[in-house]
Amino acid sequence: MSDTTHHGPPTGIRRWLFTTNHKDIGTLYLVFSLVMLFVGGAMAMIIRLELFQPGLQFVNPEFFNQMTTLHALVMVFGMIMPAFAGFANWMVPLMIGAPDMALPRLNNFSFWILPFAALMLVSTLFMPGGGPASGWTLYPPLVLQTGDAFPFVIFSVHLLGISSILAAINIIVTIMNMRTPDMPLLKMPLFVWTWLITAYLLILVMPVLAGAVTMLFTDQFFGTSFFQAAGGGDPVLFQHIFWFFGHPEVYIIILPSFGIISQIIPTFSRKPLFGHDSMVYATASIAFLSCIVWAHHMFTVGMPLAGQLYFMLSTMLIAIPTGVKIFNWTATMWRGSLSFETPMLFAIAFLFLFTFGGFSGVMMALTPADIQYHDSYFIVAHFHYVLVPGAMFAAIAGVYYWLPKWTGHMYDERLGKIHFWLSAISVNLTFFPQHFVGLAGMPRRIPDYALQFADLNAFMSIGGFLFGLSQLLFLWGVVRCMRGIGDKATDRVWEGAQGLEWEVPSPAPYHTFDTPPVVK
Amino acid sequence: MTTTTHQKYYVPHDSAWPIVGALALLLIGYGAATWISQLDQPEARRGPVILAAGALLLVVTLFGWFGKVIDESQRGLYSDQLDRSFRQCMSWFIFSEVMFFLAFFGALFYARVVAVPWLDGAGNNEMTAEILWPQFEAAWPLLKTPGGTETQAMPWSGLPLWNTLILLASSVTLQVAHVAIERGNRARLKLFLAITVLLGATFLFLQGYEYMHAYRDLGLRLDSGVYGNTFYLLTGFHGLHVTIGALILLVVLLRIVIKDHFTAERHFGFQAAAWYWHFVDVVWLNLFIFVYVL
Amino acid sequence: MIPRHARAIALSLLPVISLPAGAAPSGWRQLNLPVGVTSISRDAYDLHMLAIYVCILIGIAVFGAMIYAMINFRKSKGAVADRTLTHSTKAEVIWTAIPAFILIFLAWQTVPALIHIEDTRDSDMTIRITGYQWKWHYEYMGEGVSFYSALGERSNTARQRNAALRPAEVDHYLLEVDEVLVLPVGAKIRYLISANDVIHAWWVPELGIKRDAIPGFINEGWFRIDQPGTYRGQCAELCGKDHGFMPIVVEALPPEEFAAWLAARRPAAQAALASSQP
Ligand code: HEA
Ligand code: HEA
Ligand code: CUA
Ligand SMILES: [Cu+2]
Repeated sequence: MSDTTHHGPPTGIRRWLFTTNHKDIGTLYLVFSLVMLFVGGAMAMIIRLELFQPGLQFVNPEFFNQMTTLHALVMVFGMIMPAFAGFANWMVPLMIGAPDMALPRLNNFSFWILPFAALMLVSTLFMPGGGPASGWTLYPPLVLQTGDAFPFVIFSVHLLGISSILAAINIIVTIMNMRTPDMPLLKMPLFVWTWLITAYLLILVMPVLAGAVTMLFTDQFFGTSFFQAAGGGDPVLFQHIFWFFGHPEVYIIILPSFGIISQIIPTFSRKPLFGHDSMVYATASIAFLSCIVWAHHMFTVGMPLAGQLYFMLSTMLIAIPTGVKIFNWTATMWRGSLSFETPMLFAIAFLFLFTFGGFSGVMMALTPADIQYHDSYFIVAHFHYVLVPGAMFAAIAGVYYWLPKWTGHMYDERLGKIHFWLSAISVNLTFFPQHFVGLAGMPRRIPDYALQFADLNAFMSIGGFLFGLSQLLFLWGVVRCMRGIGDKATDRVWEGAQGLEWEVPSPAPYHTFDTPPVVK
Repeated sequence: MTTTTHQKYYVPHDSAWPIVGALALLLIGYGAATWISQLDQPEARRGPVILAAGALLLVVTLFGWFGKVIDESQRGLYSDQLDRSFRQCMSWFIFSEVMFFLAFFGALFYARVVAVPWLDGAGNNEMTAEILWPQFEAAWPLLKTPGGTETQAMPWSGLPLWNTLILLASSVTLQVAHVAIERGNRARLKLFLAITVLLGATFLFLQGYEYMHAYRDLGLRLDSGVYGNTFYLLTGFHGLHVTIGALILLVVLLRIVIKDHFTAERHFGFQAAAWYWHFVDVVWLNLFIFVYVL
Repeated sequence: MIPRHARAIALSLLPVISLPAGAAPSGWRQLNLPVGVTSISRDAYDLHMLAIYVCILIGIAVFGAMIYAMINFRKSKGAVADRTLTHSTKAEVIWTAIPAFILIFLAWQTVPALIHIEDTRDSDMTIRITGYQWKWHYEYMGEGVSFYSALGERSNTARQRNAALRPAEVDHYLLEVDEVLVLPVGAKIRYLISANDVIHAWWVPELGIKRDAIPGFINEGWFRIDQPGTYRGQCAELCGKDHGFMPIVVEALPPEEFAAWLAARRPAAQAALASSQP
């Protein structure tokens, strides 16, 4: 067999270890992400269990802090980013009519770094001194008190960063270089656009995070004092560098979500996306703004007044392009012909609850008020609204939306609807009350709390358990399709679906678009 | 829309190199972390062993992987489109490296413009200086830290200036080599590429000498406050990149000398190495200005 | 400070939306930001309420439109998609401009409050706060009075795993300390805050103060307490295992009582007390 002829998937484990196929790698990313959802979710369950009642019942404070830290790191770097990388791998080549990703072997490399890095990260829990307990923000000097785990944490962050950077480069090049010849940039589907911009953000900020943790590393082991005043450094310097990465990071998470939502809403409204071009410009503006607002996470560190003013005002600006997106989605539904299959339900929940989370974001941008909100559960509420019913719901919506294309089988619509309603209700039971305990004065990252917070915390914990259990339905639904249970899916799958990915059979053949397709 | 004539895009078969490479990275990280986290314990001896195994595996991977790519390229499997993919990937990779350096330059600017003056009472930090660091006087280079560590500054004239000239010259010689490859002048290509590698090596040698001078005579050490920190991390990571760049150029040279690779039309491998070298050069120029001169 | 009319807008909206907001300090009020007892905390509260109302109004419009679309443009109701409705420059300009105006309005309300917070001039007294793992140290500058303040004994017992004492049996569980920070009412108090090991943050919601305590640097700020009382808060920056267990208790006394308290704590008075004991 010559290198250029068609070949199906190799069989057995080799297929998965050595693959260069974008669909296989996409599947690997998605499966890994699903596993990490349960790992990070289990940690969240431990957090909620300990917070169920005042007093310490189950874990020690040290371990609690390790759970908080690893829950966040696992969810952000292990669950949500790989999920979107999986979507990109599967869908970008299909949507732009490319035979595969630009550099398929590099693609597999990017993927396999991930599970190894995650393994190293989670293994720190079993080291002397335990895992990192400084919060996912890794602020010094506290993070320097980590035990033996410290260098392992640093290097796993490096590895995660390498993985993301290489994946992002691959995606950019695929999009820029592999589009079918008659698809100009502005005709690209929005999911592709959002990923293009996300990938630029990734190569812009992941190296900076690598630099930041490298400085932590030398501070710890080589006597440097980047973050120590006695040597002329400043602990706050780390916060600046971290958030220069960290704030774009949250948009790295949300932009692909926007992309998925921008595919789903038109499909189930049976109408093209409203204001396609302005959606592109809004996405680009959000990405640009996200790079210049980082210190809104640091309103209490004692920045000079001018700095506080600047970061407050620039942060508020982000509401404008984000608003454009929300309004365009609403206008897409306007005078449409809506139906409410599971992907659409999750997309609509995203629309409502992400907007809601955005509102609390704008409130926190107001510095004098944020001084009260900062490091309280109000923040925890904000970011779980944008991350869980925001990003994670978008990912779930995307899975339901494309699962038939991936597996060739329809998911169980009734199961999907039950999953949706349980999730949508319990996610609010979990995170809505966090606003109130936060405003009432409950700090975040504490294993135990004063008695006036007891009732609501019990309530939130129950909501959290319910939400966690609901995700088992998701798992079940996905596994069913993967094992080939369920109705055969048609090629187009959804009545209103538009785009190249729906022109190929379901399940998508192992190789697609060996010759560039014609865009209608 | 114009439909250009389409060449087939080469999609490789499955390959073991990626996962082996990822494993190598894991071993490197795991070994280095084991080593350094348990320096004073006997178990730490496992660390360097794992690290070395990882590094070895990485080298093997690089040879295997790139060997395969070169082989495919030689067999003419690659289209112009794939060539563009390589070019774009390399450009964005270099961009990400720029951002990595930017983190350290950012730390340098912050320390210099913000942290050090603040420790001496600038801005809203009057009390910081008055109560915590009454003896401290802000200056850059920071010759005496708030904690009292003293050092001397590294002058820009002398070795650093020579090094700057060396690196600049190496960029020129590399450019000459580039023109030579495009004109098909193999002899000149080999000569000037070899000179470039030698200049790189000279730079590294002088840099090592400078470090020794700094440690022995100036008392400028990695741990002598944020001036020494930024100095060593910036020049150190730059030096690492020079090392990598010189090795890449060396491999390119050997491929040219031994295997007669690259043609006037197709020489992306050479070009990527050249881009990388020029990038390292530009980093140095910034370093020279901001770390040494200003 | 927040311009009066902004407060008026907020107040006039109050009865419309948050009915029980004015009620006793139980129920809803306990779930909202405290109004507090300093101008800074009141500014924060007013801004917070203003922002909530603005968000509620936007929310009504945006969610209303979504719900309207979901109800009226359902396929099951026979709605047919209008596939030509894909662009409208006019609409897009409007929904870019309106949020912009709203944000300008919010910013205009916020800036004065922010400037107010940063104005530490003309203070009447200075206290120095230093964070330790895991207790606070307070120093009354120039008075020779200083002490540590750590989690109260009973809370500390009850917070242990499998403790005999249950949290519910402790008054102000986790919010009580062994030595409270006593401060005068009515004085402009400047605080200098720093830390000795890792970053902590000093947060008392009712004072509207949250400030990071950063090792090697001193942050300063101010507040003026309007009402006598006891105000409780907690460390608000993760600082290690007992981050949840380093509360803050401020007791605000009328000036004379404070002066008496301070006099009794001065070194001379303490020494006299010690020597008078056998
Ligand atoms: C997906 C992730 C995500 C997203 C999208 C956002 C979006 C936003 N975030 Fe959030 N944020 C986080 C994740 C995210 N955030 C996380 C993880 C943290 C905590 C990190 C940590 O400390 O651990 C955080 C913390 C955080 C802080 C720091 C709080 C503190 O610690 O003190 C602030 C402060 O300004 C902030 C602001 C915002 C703003 C203004 C937006 C905006 O982008 C929101 C814009 C959207 C809307 C406003 C809604 C739609 C708009 C309209 C309907 C138009 C009209 C509206 C108006 C005119 C108001 N965020
Ligand atoms: C994408 C990111 C993401 C996601 C999806 C989540 C999901 C969840 N998070 Fe997380 N969280 C963060 C990002 C995220 N979080 C970040 C960044 C922080 C800040 C950390 C820091 O302060 O440094 C944080 C912090 C954080 C805290 C505050 C901790 C503290 O301050 O001490 C809490 C507390 O309730 C919490 C809860 C939850 C819950 C209940 C879920 C749920 O949605 C999880 C649901 C999923 C599952 C539960 C898994 C599936 C089910 C099973 C495993 C089966 C078993 C089920 C049962 C036994 C019931 N999170
Ligand atoms: Cu001290 Cu948290
Ligand atoms: Cu942010």
